Amino acid sequence: MSDLQQEVQPKGAKIKGNKPVNQLEAANRFIAASAHQQMHDQRLWDLRKKRDAQMHLIPEWEALRDLASDIKSHTLDHLADYLEEFERNAKANGVHVHWAKDAQESNDIITTILKERNAKSLVKSKSMLGEECMLRQHLEEEGITVIETDLGERIQQLDKEDPSHVVVPAVHKSRTDVSKVFVKTLNAEQGNNDVHYLAETQRETTRPYILNADAGMTGGNFLVAETGAVVVCTNEGNADLSANTPSLHIVTVGIEKMIPKMEHLAVFIRLLSRSALGSPITQYTSCFRGPRKGGEMHVVLVDNGRSTRLASQKFKAGLKCIRCGACMNTCPVFRRSGGLSYGSTYAGPIGLILSPTYNAHKYRNLPFASTLNGSCTNVCPVKINLHEQIFAWRETLADEKELSLSKRIIMTSLGKLFAHPKAYRMAVQTGDKVLSYLPHFIVYNQLNAWGRQRDIPQPPKETFHSWYAKNYMKKGKADE
Amino acid sequence: MSSREFILNQIRQSCQTEHSEAPTLPLFHQNSVDIIERFKQSLIAMGGQIIEADPQDPYKFVKERIAESKVICSVVPEIQGNRHLTETTEPKELQDIDYGILRASFGVAETGSICLTEQDLFINTLGYLPQHLIIFLDPKQIVENLHDAYARPEWKQIHYAALHSGPSATADIEGVLIRGAQGVRSLSVLLIE
Ligand code: SF4
Repeated sequence: MSDLQQEVQPKGAKIKGNKPVNQLEAANRFIAASAHQQMHDQRLWDLRKKRDAQMHLIPEWEALRDLASDIKSHTLDHLADYLEEFERNAKANGVHVHWAKDAQESNDIITTILKERNAKSLVKSKSMLGEECMLRQHLEEEGITVIETDLGERIQQLDKEDPSHVVVPAVHKSRTDVSKVFVKTLNAEQGNNDVHYLAETQRETTRPYILNADAGMTGGNFLVAETGAVVVCTNEGNADLSANTPSLHIVTVGIEKMIPKMEHLAVFIRLLSRSALGSPITQYTSCFRGPRKGGEMHVVLVDNGRSTRLASQKFKAGLKCIRCGACMNTCPVFRRSGGLSYGSTYAGPIGLILSPTYNAHKYRNLPFASTLNGSCTNVCPVKINLHEQIFAWRETLADEKELSLSKRIIMTSLGKLFAHPKAYRMAVQTGDKVLSYLPHFIVYNQLNAWGRQRDIPQPPKETFHSWYAKNYMKKGKADE
Repeated sequence: MSSREFILNQIRQSCQTEHSEAPTLPLFHQNSVDIIERFKQSLIAMGGQIIEADPQDPYKFVKERIAESKVICSVVPEIQGNRHLTETTEPKELQDIDYGILRASFGVAETGSICLTEQDLFINTLGYLPQHLIIFLDPKQIVENLHDAYARPEWKQIHYAALHSGPSATADIEGVLIRGAQGVRSLSVLLIE
């Protein structure tokens, strides 16, 4: 195996307009970079193990997962009422509340807020919604300087790459990869790949931007209807700096982030960082209810397809997601192929079920990037039935012509399938259709974390390749 | 139709299911725990420090830090700093502070967190721009877990409050843990009434 610090970083999927993303091709390049692949696999598996250790310390863990799932289901059933309650309370605290149907409208609203105040620079903390809406690209086209303030996100911004993971955006890079980026863009010392030095370089070069920015932006992990609060969970302190230093704070957040009350927040905060990083809580868990002294605060509530997804009892489970990344950390395909191979904002198991709702044609291959081992479902803190939905998407995409999402929701075989859970389980266990996706050696070989201790003689690389080739390459080719 | 109405209508059309009740929540107390001991252990696990009060002078540690630093901003009456904050101080002016000294509203044993509200902070960036923080915390104000924490009245009274659990940190490069990311590099707690 090559040396990690010598090996060139593999790049992500090649995006060709609206053509279906060929995840396999990018995954193969990632696997070929064996040192990167192994580092990536180990780091994510390490997060998974830390998550398990935290889980074992909390006797009520399973009760918390049930509660989290129930709170989210309840909130989604009453979402319109809670959004109105949130808006009322936020406005009473002096927050400006905006509503955006889609990415374009959200980007326009934010641009207008900035332009009306003559703001030319924006410091930003991590926001998956921002990525989903391509907000940074939009603002840069409008002549506004945008600086990502989270270390991983900043690395990715400077390298002109998307984040590869919702929680650890540069997890696919080695220290040398980061050093090369910083030498080119931040004037860092050539050849100094000491991690402390690199982090310090980013801290020192980002601080002046934070101090002098005209505006700050954060996402939101949760919205609390009862208090009109936006709750942000971070480790680096960059979100609190971005929100509290400039006089203008803009929040961009998906409407599904709602929860009813502060008491419910406790359940999610107890689960979030334990599931994500295996730490008991993020270093900062911040609650913004109104502008800081002498400041202005705006919240942009973004729909972008969420209200449509709500229409399907089965589909809407994806809206419970709290973006912890646990399903990615545990997924054998994700760990071995890297987040950028998916070519979509959301990667890993959650990406497989969200991406086709945004563009069923472009992301039609993604639901096949799974072994259906169910490990994602087992770790999900809000109990989304990820592997069942992945399977159902395969059926949908394989059997039906690509239809618009709203038609798909009505006509999809998902509904039929989920209406008979017993039949579904039978299908997963014994069905012909499924067997080709779920050969026994995949479930119980070394590739599969759950089966790690079992000794099966096949070398994992070969198995992975042949499994992919058999089941996935065909699909990929058919689309070319 | 405004986007607001459009979205709300669309949601109402989508949600035609039977309406569920919000679940009721237990507080998950473990009667056996020594709350103060648990707080200390949790804070240390998050990278924070506990200042053991010197029996002669509880502020000894704080005074030593002051003696070796240039810019000290204290918003607690017990300690005199050399940087004074006023109503007109701009948030970014706090960037050269070495030590910020403040009192937290409460602590959480489960996670070693302390809660700083905008009233505790006086200027919100006092929690983030200094290189180091020293926090005073009344041990009687430590609650057992996050359920207790979010039942506190502060969340309904202020515009801004944050749970700080140790100093800022990152592990974004090869998983190497670094205490001191964009925010403070260290956070020390003195348990004192
Ligand atoms: S689907 Fe579940 S496990 Fe995956 S990111 Fe969302 S909440 Fe976390």
